[in-house]
This record gives sequence, structure tokens and C-alpha cells, in this order.
Amino acid sequence: MSALNDLTIAEARDRLRAGDVTSVALTEACLGAIGGAGRLNAFVHTTADLALSRARAADARLATGDAPAMCGIPVGIKDLFCTEGVASQAASHILDGFRPPYESTVSAQLRDAGAVMLGKLNMDEFAMGSSNETSTYGPAVNPWKIDDRDLTPGGSSGGSAAAVAAGLCLAATGTDTGGSIRQPAAFTGTVGIKPTYGRCSRWGIVAFASSLDQAGPMTRTVRDSAIMLAAMCGHDPKDSTSADLPVPDFEAMLTGDIRGQRIGIPREYRMEGMPAEIEALWTQGAEMLRDAGAEIVDISLPHTKYALPAYYVIAPAEASSNLARYDGVRYGHRATLAQGDGITQMYEKTRAEGFGAEVQRRVMVGPYVLSAGFYDAYYNRARKVRTLISRDFEQVFAQGIDAILTPATPSAAFGLGEMADADPVQMYLNDVFTVTVNLAGLPGIAVPAGLDARGLPLGLQLIGRPWEEGALLNTAQALESAAGFVSKPPKWW
Amino acid sequence: MSDIDLETARKVAHLARIAVPDDHLPRLAQELGHMLRFMEQLNEVDIEGVEPMVSVTPMRLKRRADGVTDGDMQDKVLANAPDAREGFYAVPKVVE
Repeated sequence: MSALNDLTIAEARDRLRAGDVTSVALTEACLGAIGGAGRLNAFVHTTADLALSRARAADARLATGDAPAMCGIPVGIKDLFCTEGVASQAASHILDGFRPPYESTVSAQLRDAGAVMLGKLNMDEFAMGSSNETSTYGPAVNPWKIDDRDLTPGGSSGGSAAAVAAGLCLAATGTDTGGSIRQPAAFTGTVGIKPTYGRCSRWGIVAFASSLDQAGPMTRTVRDSAIMLAAMCGHDPKDSTSADLPVPDFEAMLTGDIRGQRIGIPREYRMEGMPAEIEALWTQGAEMLRDAGAEIVDISLPHTKYALPAYYVIAPAEASSNLARYDGVRYGHRATLAQGDGITQMYEKTRAEGFGAEVQRRVMVGPYVLSAGFYDAYYNRARKVRTLISRDFEQVFAQGIDAILTPATPSAAFGLGEMADADPVQMYLNDVFTVTVNLAGLPGIAVPAGLDARGLPLGLQLIGRPWEEGALLNTAQALESAAGFVSKPPKWW
Repeated sequence: MSDIDLETARKVAHLARIAVPDDHLPRLAQELGHMLRFMEQLNEVDIEGVEPMVSVTPMRLKRRADGVTDGDMQDKVLANAPDAREGFYAVPKVVE
């Protein structure tokens, strides 16, 4: 039998309801695992007392026999979510000491469903990064290891992925602006879904690029993602872009039957220089879905190549506006000023000290691409290309394609520090398979599909039709069971 | 278009309200230039007659009554301020 901290949400839920285990016991097991995993640097603020008091409340609620699925489940919350009275600093020095007096809608929904927050999880600063190395807390470390190097868990939701893979929590929240749930899930052998834009309220989540950001669950199984996603999404009047649509019972839609589903294989995702192992895994994934009764169809998404450059115009443009609020006045860090410094020096020194290098770069690209002489050449052009990328997907869905299968990442996890001297654009290539989905607002899920020759996990991505997360999760589960990925990283930390 | 001179680098740093020392400007100009060259692949795309995307999903934003729904929490609002005095945010002198 698994250790309590290694249970899936579904197993823990069933045992909690059967009275076979308590939330306090689950929570203590996770807190013990977190205490022994300092080397992974996944949890950056642990809230043990709060967790135990919520666990006791969850046990009382379970005893009444009327508790939702997430009741009593210990989870980690990405540091990007504002949590009432608990440090929430988007892994940035500029938010040192910030304790929000309010709770984000998504974490409030989880709390109200009885989920137990264990603490806050490491990430790239303001979710800008693909390796967790831009964090003010230092990088989270991947529990997967093949030699003496520490590997990245990916980013930006790297702490969430590392914590779920290492059994420090049963599941975690992530956010995904260009691939920040799916890439770390692929690097750690876990499951992560970015739902359709508008499914989850963005209220109370520190904003990076508002037209791209979405929250989602990071879990050990597809079923767990279905359970947790249902608790996270729903309409919120405080986010005008959140969709006023009913939330289906995603778990009930996991029928295992994908016969007749038409799965598209986009030829433009066959990138030059793609490792043979990734290409082989992709082919195997298509064969698994065919064996399960799906029809595999070659499709074309002709503007794929332009997704990354469009993203790196649009995301910094939005970020420069969103991050204007960090001015040293209302919260967080303020620089020590010299005699005679005025308010402009206060802003400029505070932001120079408070933001890391990658955040500074993006916050400076923003005003450039939005400035009067370049607005049409960069920002407006990127928004038009975004329309074309979205249209590519609409056209294949109109042709009857139900879901699209692609690799999740162009490589397995790489070593921390290995990209330190690389050009920033090299790091951006991590998102090459995931970023199209954010630009088009579609749901996408990463599913662990195998190990590479060295023994590191590799993931595949499935992309679904808007608002059809249930069908997408069902196809993902068929892939998950066919791939039969059950490996866990051996404990070395 | 994509070569960034030191004056432009200085200007975007100021627009972003980030202090950049003079000896860091050449590296900044180089990095920004590289990012902009990456973006210029977009020039290959025929965008004739294409409307820019302004809404990710085809939905009409909800409307609500223009009423006060929140407030009266000065303490909470000021609780995280680096310098708050007498119910206000305190900042360096703005007007002489």
C-alpha cells in the first residue's frame, strides 16, 4: 500500500469517505515529506498550523457524510495565488513580505471545498521562465535525477511539479501563460491541464499576461486532474473574462471510450532538430490512441511557426502594463533612497532592485513594442498573427477533429544552470509546442507517456476544443492507461 | 529596425521605470535587439485584411450595475505599504 502522501486524490477521497483514513493523517504525512525535502526547494512557505486546523475541520465535515471530493485533500498552492494572511510574492523580491488580506477565487474555491493548503510553491519570478531559475527563492529541483546534476523541474510552475512528483502533496495548483503547467508536468512525469481561457477565474492570481493566463491543476493522474479542475473552475463576477458556463462533472466523463474520436497530428509540429526519442514517443502515442479506437488524421496548422514570436510580443506588452503596479508605494519592497531622490528615483531604484533580470527584460520590451512608432509593426502585427493561429485551430475543429496530439516539450528535463549562458530566446523554445494553445485560448493537457533512454520522463500534449475539457480528459486518460506510465523518481533527497 | 542603440535602451528603461546604470546599457541593447530580431519573423506573415485578436474567446463581457460593492477597509489597504502614515501612503515629495 502507498504511503499516505503518495496517494492519488481519488484514492484519498475514497478512503476519507470510507473512514479508513483522516485528513489529519494525510496532512501530517505530507508535512513530514515536505520537512524532509528541503533539497528540492519546492515549498517556499509552509503553513503547517493552518493546514492542520483545516484538516481537522475537513475531518469534521467528512463525518457529517456531506463533503465534496476535494474535502480533506492536502494540496500545494503556487506562490502566484494570493492567499489570505499567507506570504504570496510570485517568487519576486519586489513582493517581499506581502501578505494579501484576501484570497484568490481559485484557492478560495478549493478551500471552501475542504482542500487543505500545505503552503506555497516555488515558481519562476512572475511566472516568467521555463526552468524555475528566475525565482527569488532559488530554483526548485526536479526529484528525477540520473547523475550528479540537479535537473530543472521546468517552469514556471516548477515547485508545483516537483512537489507533486516527489509526493510532498497530493496535488497542486499551477498557472499557464505559455506552457507553465504543461512543460513542468512533462519534465516530472505528472499530469497538468490548462483549461480553456475563461474556465478559471483569474481574480487574485498575480497577473502576468492577462489574455493568456489560466490556472489549472497539477496531479499524478488524469482522473485527479478531472476531480481538482472541477473544484477550481466556474464563473466569477470578479473576473469579467471568466465564462458564465456550467461546470460539467469532468470525472464522470472519463468513460474510457474514445472510439470514433478523430485525433489530429499537425505536421508543423515536426520540428527540425527534434530528438528522435520525442518523435518516436509521439508516433507511439498516436498508435496507442488508434489501438483504443480513435482515428488518426494528418492535419495542418500553418501558422505554428509564428506562435512563439507573436507570444514574445504580446506577453511582454501585457506584462509591462500589469507590472506597472509594483512601484514601492502600496506593497512589497521599496528601495532605500538617497538624499534628494524624488518619486521617479524611488520607482526606478525600487524596480531595479526588486525585479530580476528576465522580468526586467520583458518589462522593457513591452513599452518598446507598444510605443507610438512601433505599435503597428510589432504589437498590432502580433495580434493579427494571433488571429491567424486561432483560425488554424478553428479550421481543423470545423473539419471534425476532436483533439490534437503533439509532443509536450522539445526535450526532457535539462540541468539547472545549463542554460545560464544561452541567449534568452533559447529558453523560450521550451514553449514551442505549448504556446499556440494559450494564444488560441484552448484547453491543453500534458500526460506522461514514457521515459527517455536515460530514464527521464517525457510527456505528450493533447489539445482540445474550447470548453470541452471533459472529452479532452477522457482522451488523455485513454493515452495514460495505454502508456502505462507508473514510474516514480527514487528518493535521493 | 531591430538594432537598438544605447539611447533607445536608455529610453525603454526609463519608460519601464527601471534604473539601468550606463555601463549595463550596451548589454541591454544587445539583448533587446536579439529579442526584437526573433519577433521580426512575424514580418513573413501575410496579415492583409486580418483583424487583430481582441477577445480570446468569442464572448461578450458581462455588465454590472455601477455601484459601490466594497470599501471601508483603510487598514487592510495600507497594511502592506512600505511607508504608511496617518491613513495615507507616504512617498517622497512630488510637488515642490
